This record gives sequence, C-alpha cells and structure tokens, in this order.
Amino acid sequence: MARESGASVTLLESAPKEWRGGNSSHTRNIRCMHDAPQDVLLESYPEEEYWQDLLKVTGGQTNEALARIAIRESATCRSWMKKYGVHFQAPLSGTLHLSRTNAFFMGGGKALVNAYYRSAQAAGIEILYNSEVSSIELDGQKFIAANLANGRRIEAKSCVLAAGGFESNIEWQREAWGIDEDGASPADNFLIRGTTFNKGVLLKHMIAAGVDIIGDPTQAHMAAIDARSPLYDGGICTRIDCVSLGIVVNKNAKRFYDEGEDFWPKRYAIWGRLVAQQPDQIAYSIIDSKSIGRFMPPVFSGNESSSLDELANKLGLDVEVLKGTIQEFNAACKPGTFDHTIMDNCHTEGVNPEKTHWATTIDHPPFYGYPLRPGVTFTYLGLRTDETAGVFFGERRSKNLFVAGEMMAGNILGKGYTAGIGMAIGTAFGRIAGRNAATAANRE
Amino acid sequence: MQKLTQLIQEASRLGNSSAESEVDRIMTICNACRYCEGFCAVFPAMTRRLQFNKADINYLANLCHNCGACLHSCQYAPPNEFAVNVPKAMAEVRQETYIHYSWPKSFGVLYQSNGVVVSLATSVALMFFLWLSTVLSSNLGVPLAGNIYAIFPHNVLVLIFGAVFGFSVLALGVGVRNFWKNISKGHVSVAAISEATGDVLTMKYLDGGHGEGCNNADDGFTLWRKRFHHFTFYGFMFCFASTSVATIYHYLFHLDAPYALSSLPVILGVLGGVGLLIGPIGLLYLNLIRNPLHGDPQQKPMDRAFILLLLLVSFTGLLLLAMRDSSVMAYLLICHLGLVMGLFLTMPYGKFAHGIYRTAALLKNAIEKRQPNSLKLGSD
Repeated sequence: MARESGASVTLLESAPKEWRGGNSSHTRNIRCMHDAPQDVLLESYPEEEYWQDLLKVTGGQTNEALARIAIRESATCRSWMKKYGVHFQAPLSGTLHLSRTNAFFMGGGKALVNAYYRSAQAAGIEILYNSEVSSIELDGQKFIAANLANGRRIEAKSCVLAAGGFESNIEWQREAWGIDEDGASPADNFLIRGTTFNKGVLLKHMIAAGVDIIGDPTQAHMAAIDARSPLYDGGICTRIDCVSLGIVVNKNAKRFYDEGEDFWPKRYAIWGRLVAQQPDQIAYSIIDSKSIGRFMPPVFSGNESSSLDELANKLGLDVEVLKGTIQEFNAACKPGTFDHTIMDNCHTEGVNPEKTHWATTIDHPPFYGYPLRPGVTFTYLGLRTDETAGVFFGERRSKNLFVAGEMMAGNILGKGYTAGIGMAIGTAFGRIAGRNAATAANRE
Repeated sequence: MQKLTQLIQEASRLGNSSAESEVDRIMTICNACRYCEGFCAVFPAMTRRLQFNKADINYLANLCHNCGACLHSCQYAPPNEFAVNVPKAMAEVRQETYIHYSWPKSFGVLYQSNGVVVSLATSVALMFFLWLSTVLSSNLGVPLAGNIYAIFPHNVLVLIFGAVFGFSVLALGVGVRNFWKNISKGHVSVAAISEATGDVLTMKYLDGGHGEGCNNADDGFTLWRKRFHHFTFYGFMFCFASTSVATIYHYLFHLDAPYALSSLPVILGVLGGVGLLIGPIGLLYLNLIRNPLHGDPQQKPMDRAFILLLLLVSFTGLLLLAMRDSSVMAYLLICHLGLVMGLFLTMPYGKFAHGIYRTAALLKNAIEKRQPNSLKLGSD
C-alpha cells in the first residue's frame, strides 16, 4: 500500500526466505463482511452480525471503532488481495460452518505470502531476508532509523512495525505464566503452533522505549493440539478434533471438563487453557471405534488398542483409575439419539463433570487415545493504536511510526478468537499503516 | 517431535514399498490440513479416505500431475520438520507403478536407467535400418523423387512397424488394465468418461486450479508447461493421424506415397511435426530450469530421453520431407525410421506411459467423485 502511494519501500524480514511471512503462512482464510453472495462467499454476513460475533468472542475486550474499520475493510479488501495474486477458493471440506463468513485462500496462507512477496518484488520493493530488527532509533515520538541485529542501520522517513507477538519466546512465556502449584513452569510444556521467529524482540524493545501497550501478557490464543507435534510450526494439522466425541482425562486418568459443551470449532480454543491448567499440562482424548469417521483425521496415530488396559499402557495412564473413570462415565450416559452434526440429547447424569452433548458409552473396541498439550497460536500483548495505525507514546501519537499485524491485533482482539479475524485485522490495518506511512514519508 | 521417526515407521504399513509408505505418511498429514484442495484432483480424492492402502496410493500418485502448486504453498514443506513434498513422493511411486504393472513383468526393469535404455534401443533401431537398407536396396544416395518404398518396400515397413507398434500397444494395454483392476471399483458411466476425456484433452490439472498455470522454476505460475504439453500431445496425435490417413489412402484408394505437399497426410504430418518440435523444445527448456524440489530427480534422464527422442523424430521427419527429392533422402529416411522405431520400442517402458496411467487415474477420479462419500466427518 505504501509503494502504491509512491513511497520507496524496504521490507526487513527477520526470517530467511523459506520461513518468511510469519504466522500468515499457517492461515487459511479471512472473515469477510458482505451484504450479498460474493464469488466464494454464500448468503450475507452484515456488519452488525460480524460485530456481534466479535463482541461475543472477546467478551467486550475490544475497541468498537477499530473493530468496525477492520470489519468494513474486510468487505472490500479482497479485490486488492486478488490484484496482488491471492486466489480464493470454495470452502474446504469439513469447513461448511465457515462457508458463509470466511473466504479461503487457494493453497492456504503460504500461497498468499508467496503471492504478496512476488507482487512486492515486481513492484520494486526491496526485500531483505535474515534481517532481524533489534532496535528502533527514536527522537521523541519520531522514527529515525531501524538497527538490525547484523549491525546495519537503516534510516527512513517513516516505518511500519509488523513483527508479530512473542509466542515463540519461551523465556518470556515462562515469565508470563510463572510457576504453578506443583512448582513447575507450565510454559515449559507449551507448543508453538506457528513461526519460531515471533520472539517479541521488537515488542520488548518498544515497551522499554515507552510505547503505550494493550493486552495482558498471559493472554494468548491457545488450542489443545497433539502432544507429539513439533515445538514450532505444527500449524493446523496437529489439531485433535475428537474431543467432543469421547472423554478427556488428565495424567491422573480423571476427567476435568464437559467435553460436549459446544461444537468443537467453538471450543478448541478454550481447551488449550484447560490443558494448561492440568498437572504437567497434558491430557488425553479417548474415543472408541464408534467415533471413527466422524471427525477430521488427525495427523498422528491414535494408539489403537483392543482393550482399555492396552490403551492405558500405551498412554502411560493408571489402568485401574482409567477403567474406573470410563466405567463411571459409561454408567452416567443417558440414552438419546446421537447426532454429531447437531447439539444432540446424549448427555450424562450423575457424573462430575457432566458431559452435556454427544455422551455415548466408551465400550466398542478398538479404543483410541490422543495426547493433548496447549498449543499457542499467538499472544495478545501489543502496541496501542487508533484508526491511523499510529504508535502512541504516553498518549501522544507518532507522526511517522505505525504498527500492523499481530503486533496491534490486541486492540481489537483483547481475548478469544474467531476464524479468519486475524487476517481481517492484519489486512485492514496493514493497508492503513502502509498508506499513512507513505503519506508521512511524502510529507517530510 | 522426538517420536516423529518412530511414528513414520509406524505409518509404513505392511506390504508397502518405502516410496508408498512416504506417500501414506504425507497424505495423512495433508488429510489433516487440506489447504490444497483447490489445486487439483488429488486432494479432493484424498479427503474421501481416512487411510491409504497400496491401491489408493498408486491411484493418487498417478492422478498427480506434478504441477508443483502444493509444494510451493505447503506450510509443511522442507525445512519444516514434517518435510512434506507431495510431488516428489508421488513421482517416486509413479515410477514404481510403471515398473510393477509392466508387461511382460520382467521388462519393468527397463524403467530404471531409462535414459540408457532409450539410447540403446534407438541406436539398435538405427543400425537395424542401416543394415536393412543395404540388404534391400541399391538405391542409396540416388535421388528418388520421395519414393521411400524404393528403399524399403511398403509391406516390409508395415510388417516391422506393425509388429513393434502392436506389441507396444499390447504391453501398455495389459499394464494399464492390471493397474485399473487394482485401483477401480464403480460404474463407468458416459458422464465419467466424457469428464475424464475432457480432463485429458485440456490437461485441466496443469492450470493450477485458478487458471494461471502450474509452477516450474519457483512459486510463480506459468501456463507454458500446459501449452508445451499441448503442442507435444496434439503434435503426436497429428502425426498419428497423418500415418492413419496415409494407410487408408494406400489400402482403400490405392494412392501410394509420396504424397503431394497439399495432400492431407503431408499437411497433418507437417502440423504434427511442427508441434513435436515446439512442444519438446519447450518442455526440455522447462525441465532444465525446473525447481529441483519438484518430482524425483532420478527420473530426469527418463524425462529428457523421451523429450529428446520426440524432438529427433519430428526434426528428421520434417527434414526428410524437405529433402525428399534429393540424394540424401535415403539416409534421412534411415535416421527417421530408426528414431521412430526407437520411440515405438520404448513406448511401454518409458515416459510415454505417464499419459496412459494418468488417463486411467483421471477416469477413476471421474467415477469416484460421482459416488456418495461414505465419510461424515462433521466440521473441523
């Protein structure tokens, strides 16, 4: 956007080329407002409904003015995205619930990142890889230069900060999460679903430099993912979608939360936190053969076992306690008509915690068990901003320093998440920041 | 992630080759991600399955057009720990299926070191025609006004080429029939056949799913691979049509070669020859600048041998036409026939087979997508 406005632009990417684009590579869609069906988007998704959805997931921790900017921009930004090579496709299989609200990128986020980088290069934007910015030189609120970790200093008339959150910085996560009642550090057991390059170097530097911040450092989007996932960049395939079909036990083989509270897409993000609160931050999703074919296939094996004894051994759980838990759960399952596509009437009575939907006995071998860990998607701590995307120092707005992406998403998304909102905020405020940075540069 | 190696081993099911196990491993990752569904037929076919047996893997591998789109878009491509490279894994299995379904079975070995096989077959064919010309003709080096039958009598050529071509068609036919028996179940409807035919004739899955083409050197898209394939494919078909028309002329109308420049066999032959010049030159260029991560590098000699052979066939064919009245006609004829013979001999045991197996996989896909999906996975 800055280049379109006539500015000469240099992009400083901390990662090497193959890891460029941060967490965008792991995304797959953008939530878009629309008043009528639009190519890949069905029906309509009016501004008010979008806003109410956002209000609900954030529990009010949002900024209505900024949120509405992002929502309105999402209605028109797709033609701009297409112009720079992004292709959209019909919703993926298994994502019917998003076919009205979300436009999917063909090939996912990495295809989008590739398209943007190709277009940027073609437009004459200089791209420097392996160029981590370690500090920003300021004169009051005014941006002067960026200092790279490799010693280079780059002066410019204006600057947009878009360096992501700090989710990949385990040290910082440890600091934020502290020590639990067992004297352990929960953050040591977190997995990072995205890039290893979001170390929060610039975020930390800007906080020290006195920017106005927003968000709570312990707030992060955290999903329950397969414990066997890589520490970084496991992305979407590490999800475990059978939680609502069976039971989840902790390392003591005890249940701890209503697995059938709501549809999994609406619940997967609270389960990260639930698992984080369990001893050793581990849990196990257990199903029987009745559930096979009813959920998206997981990437790792389900430890198929012909008996509960075998499953408990494979998962490292106490055999007797697990069998007791399942016996108690099975006895509490009330007869009903099972249907995993609706909030059905299969529930438990007399077991704590209850399972309020999709409660069916676990008694048809083979049995399957998937280990779960908290997977951090992104952190919410960021720089306070307004409709200009400007950076604030003690409530005074910088004239030539702007912020975009995950680094400011916390203004709109104080907590919670809904699919495709990150890309909506990122696209809207990325373009605003770019435009305003170009104006600021031209003014100089 | 320390367990990943163990999990990979666990994933390799009994009876699968290591290449098939790799496709199984990768498809299990892809099935949990599904971002690439819009690119081609492979991923929608994948989502109809939870596990991948040998037949599924062979089918999916031959459905893959090696367009590269899913590799460049893949969040799990190397250097990611999951190390997903769909085009490479599929290419390795494809070669195994060619070998596995070869007929006679022992000839499957010819797919290995295929560059050498094609060179040797062509050399032997060239020597054969050189020798044959000395036996049958005393007219070498004499202008014959394009009368090739003065060198090799028509019936001799029909016998030799008919036998070799017939064997090649039989060998490929038996191979693809066995492949089909293993991968397919379901009703072959007219609708499915016409869809598959359209997919083949338009090479639909080389358009990237968005119409801008496939990847070649990098993450940018190009339609040239599709176009050069079209030049090659239709060039071949025109040459085939030219020969067929000439055969009809000969037997039905007793019109013997040489045909006038304005005659149908010559026009078709020239169009085909030009297509077979442009196509293979383009494909060779694209092959040389191809991203090294696409496909299986060990099969490059096979790809290039086939491309070069096609190129030499068309080049000598056109040259033969241009100089058919001159005294070098006989030598050009020997070269051309030797090269054509080399092509026919290696057709069932080289790159040519990819089109046949791909067509079968596309037909299977057209049938399968018309069947109800047995999975009800709910929403992710």
